[in-house]
Amino acid sequence: MLYNEPSPLEVKVLSRRFGLPDSQSINTYLAHEGYQAFRKAAAMTPDDIINEVKISSLRGRGGAGFPTGMKWSFVPRNSPKPKYIVVNADESEPGTCKDRLLMEYDPHQLIEGMMIAGLAVDAHTGYIYIRGEYRYLINLMDRAIAEAYERGYLGKNIQGTGFDFDVYTHTGAGAYECGEESALLESLEGKRGIPRIRPPFPAVSGAFQCPTVLNNVETYCAVPAIIRDGGAAFAALGTPKNGGTRLFCLSGHVNRPGVYELPMGFNLLRMINEVGGGVRGGKKLKAVIPGGSSCPVLKAEECDLAMDFDTVAQAKSMLGSGGVVVMDEDTCMVKAALRIMKFYAHESCGWCIPCREGTIWLRKLLDRFHAGFGQQGDIPLIGEVAKNMLGRTFCPLGDAAAMPTISFVEKFYDEFEAHLDGKPCPYEEVNRFALA
Amino acid sequence: MTFSPELEAKFEKLLRSYPPGRQRSALIPMLMFAQDEVGSVTPEVIAEIAARIGISELQVREVLSYYSMLHTKPMGKYHIQVCTNISCLLTGGEEIWEQARKKLGCGHKEVTADGQFSLEEVECIGACSWAPAIQVNYDFHHNVTPEKFNALIDSLRKLH
Repeated sequence: MLYNEPSPLEVKVLSRRFGLPDSQSINTYLAHEGYQAFRKAAAMTPDDIINEVKISSLRGRGGAGFPTGMKWSFVPRNSPKPKYIVVNADESEPGTCKDRLLMEYDPHQLIEGMMIAGLAVDAHTGYIYIRGEYRYLINLMDRAIAEAYERGYLGKNIQGTGFDFDVYTHTGAGAYECGEESALLESLEGKRGIPRIRPPFPAVSGAFQCPTVLNNVETYCAVPAIIRDGGAAFAALGTPKNGGTRLFCLSGHVNRPGVYELPMGFNLLRMINEVGGGVRGGKKLKAVIPGGSSCPVLKAEECDLAMDFDTVAQAKSMLGSGGVVVMDEDTCMVKAALRIMKFYAHESCGWCIPCREGTIWLRKLLDRFHAGFGQQGDIPLIGEVAKNMLGRTFCPLGDAAAMPTISFVEKFYDEFEAHLDGKPCPYEEVNRFALA
Repeated sequence: MTFSPELEAKFEKLLRSYPPGRQRSALIPMLMFAQDEVGSVTPEVIAEIAARIGISELQVREVLSYYSMLHTKPMGKYHIQVCTNISCLLTGGEEIWEQARKKLGCGHKEVTADGQFSLEEVECIGACSWAPAIQVNYDFHHNVTPEKFNALIDSLRKLH
């Protein structure tokens, strides 16, 4: 059973096998073009594989949107060290719930993507780092891996190609920070999830200080289709420099929340109104977080835009991880900003002082503000504290906390002012009636 | 300290899953799976896993204290985790949290007197499109309402 009804506007590339009977099994996978891309890739040179991924203009689906083919090309080919393929399945960005479905419905697609990455950079071992809360997926991936070994799609001399590849799952234990690539690698080595200084980047010194390709689940899952149908076909689905489709996670105040695979560049308003069935209860749209809680918020009037990395960046936000959080007219933006900051204060690993202290002070300021004890000077102070975190931390968590906060204050200044002088939150009453 | 044969097999596989000399990589998975069996990460578990990996107990404790899912004290038989992060907040997650506190009569990271339930307000669990969501141990429950929450707790209580 699917989690939500598919939309007729979807373009199903990565999710094409979702909903097939027994879609997790290798038999279903093989019956639907499974592992054909691996066979094709095994006959290609590593340069040709990387070139095909470059042509596809696939960009990292974890949030940063870095071109995948270029990332793979940074792995030093002549290094005497072993090389590793690591999957970031630590999906924890608030608003994001897509990697779960990719593993749940089509685990072999992920394995095949890893194998092709292995062929491209001469790696023979892969690790899937799965957040601890997703235990059922760890069990499910372990079964899929075991099946692949039994049928000769993992192990030594895979399908007579001479290529060896092993895959292991690795559980996290509850830490948003471990979704950051260098903290993930520390965690994979049995340590606290604290970011590493970069450079060197993982492509040169990653897992076990060896060259490593580290991508998000969805990024690897796009690779079999790119190799099978060609990079150009994948690129053509999206917009220039933003190839293919992506799984958007619609949540919040929409009539039909769900995960939908749509072409890159799909219009955000259409996504909300036509795919998501519009704002719940016929209410007006107030704001949207376009790519997970780390992305600056967009006001309703800014939402008529193409959802690709470059267009959303031009609108001074980010496409991020594909988590589209919709907020209606009765949403208190101070409260939304506060809840998001509470998250970052909880998840800051404490390594860099601007992030550790900044997130806590922002949480305190916003908490006080929402409780009605805000002072006029606090509004610019919130922006000031946030701006002093930007670019002053080892990893992007500090920016991820600061950027949305700055946008909430700048774009909804009047709502912050409405909380001044001990006034109760103007939305609490509205919402109390709505829930009754 | 002895574990079940299933857990021993898991440990044995984990210790073989990483490159030579990198057995420390198995630490976090070992702690998670041991906690599932023992109920919490006890001093005995820490000593045993430290010895098997060949690191100090202090190194284990240093890692243990970082991760929110690892507990040194036992949680309830049913650990109720309520998400109140942004997508859940917008769809009634706070009401579920209030309902949970009332229904179970305990607060954040507390255990009921009979040891059956514990409660925790958690950060995003990756169920945003089916919010509000909770987890009972590792099981997800989506689109939760206060009524559905009550019915779930009642059905778990009846199991005893």
